[in-house]
Amino acid sequence: MSVQTEVAAPASGPATGTTPTATTNASTSIWQQRAKAAALASVVPLALLLLWDVMVRWTGTRLIPPPSGVAIMMWDFAFGGIYDDAYSASLPIHFWKSVQRVYGGFFLAAATGIPLGLMLGRIPLLRAMLDPMLSLLRPVPVTAWLPLSMIFFGLGPKSAIFLVFLGAFYPILLNTVFGVKSVDARLFEAAEMLGCSGSQMFRAVVLPASLPSIFNGLRLGAAFAWILIVVGEMTGVPEGLGAVIMDGRTLSRTDLVITGMIVIGITGYLSDRILLSLSNYFLRWSPQHNA
Amino acid sequence: MLDTPTTRSTAAPPILRIAGLHKEFAAANGTVEALRGVNITINKGEFICLLGASGCGKSTLLRIIAGFEKSTRGSVTVYGTEVDRPGPDRGMVFQDYALFPWLTVRDNISFGPRQRGVPTPTVVRETERFLNMVGLTAFADRFPHQLSGGMKQRVAIARVLANDTDILLMDEPFGALDALTRSKLQEELIEIWKTTKLTVIFVTHSVEEAVLLADQVVVMSAGPGRIDCQIKVDLPRPRDVSSPEFNALRRDVTRRLTRHVTSDRPVVATADS
Repeated sequence: MSVQTEVAAPASGPATGTTPTATTNASTSIWQQRAKAAALASVVPLALLLLWDVMVRWTGTRLIPPPSGVAIMMWDFAFGGIYDDAYSASLPIHFWKSVQRVYGGFFLAAATGIPLGLMLGRIPLLRAMLDPMLSLLRPVPVTAWLPLSMIFFGLGPKSAIFLVFLGAFYPILLNTVFGVKSVDARLFEAAEMLGCSGSQMFRAVVLPASLPSIFNGLRLGAAFAWILIVVGEMTGVPEGLGAVIMDGRTLSRTDLVITGMIVIGITGYLSDRILLSLSNYFLRWSPQHNA
Repeated sequence: MLDTPTTRSTAAPPILRIAGLHKEFAAANGTVEALRGVNITINKGEFICLLGASGCGKSTLLRIIAGFEKSTRGSVTVYGTEVDRPGPDRGMVFQDYALFPWLTVRDNISFGPRQRGVPTPTVVRETERFLNMVGLTAFADRFPHQLSGGMKQRVAIARVLANDTDILLMDEPFGALDALTRSKLQEELIEIWKTTKLTVIFVTHSVEEAVLLADQVVVMSAGPGRIDCQIKVDLPRPRDVSSPEFNALRRDVTRRLTRHVTSDRPVVATADS
């Protein structure tokens, strides 16, 4: 279809210049724009792959495999049948374990961060009590919590979930508080004069009005959750994408490390796209956010 | 300083009574007196315009009636009950609409009744009725950002009407609209007022708007804000803005209003209503 329009548009375009021509032009340009965007986006990755391949050949290093080696490893990791070792066809189980931990920690962070943020934004007493302590704990890097979390939760998945939770909690909390504080005071007045009061206000006004900011926090939080999964799975869990990367490092199997990195990158990206489409759906009322 | 009610019936109790109202704001160097000794009595079904220049405290007065702000002294009572917080009996229409952007036109209108736990069939019926009254049935599923200013203000009016309000408070509601839309909405407001028999308190700085809409124009003067006089408008409706009577009255009101702006000393309030 796009080929047809591309042929049709230049022929009738200059001669008539009517509305149908204009619309075919528009649809053609959308496809052209998409193709152009995809082409532009792939320039740098392809150049890097090429550079990587050339550098490996040129230096003759044995520490880093060429892209083809990683591609073979990825195939084996996903489907098996090439190396037939402990990692062959083990992608689903590692992937599933990591997804569980990432979303376990992330949903825990959302389930505590959003309500707490809504209340901190609206209740001055609570803010006076909690804000100083939260501000004090915030600069502590999540990695610094690793030893304590292993003492609290032992070696295993709980510790990983806790670290992911810590990483996702602050962006969600702070963005929620910011969202609540920036709600137009007029909306509270409007709701009050219509008979809305007390706790009704949270559900009817505070939550929907701060939703744009909450979604920002969720997207940031989910990104941090994927970043922290590697740290989280350093805590002696046998399975998970982070564990695979740590194993690869111990076994000096760089192809495995890079495979794990790529899988995490792709999964993190897809998970962000899901959040983005949810955000677009729930914020369809907002001209700024409905992208 | 007592107000002189100019109403025909003395049998029914007034819907709103404002007595000895003072309002002071805390400022950097002491306090600023925003309202001094305001007395007004409003009867059910009256259309009152609060008219005054910027800074005369007319919006503050309206916000105190709405319950958004507290007075320093004096009282505001609705059917004898002291006003101390916002409530559905006094519905406010803001100049900047204050619609809930995440709700459709229909859901904005049904917001109040739903919050107050009105049974769903009633909510649906009333919402459709007022959607129709403001002529927005075709736009019921749109979000506020997809509407023009005039349409947004229609939604804001319908939202208050659907909530079964007693007193409609309007704070320069048509101030942000273009002239054509404004005069259209003024006409519609009068129609709605006639149909619903609501009591309306309408804040404006436009003499023409006040004389066009009101049964009674309350002229306010600034520094501190107080009532200068109340002028009864007896012109038959619909009012013709080009008629000699209308223009005579408009000139009269303008003279009273500008007296304070031009003179060095504010003139002490004269009671002639």
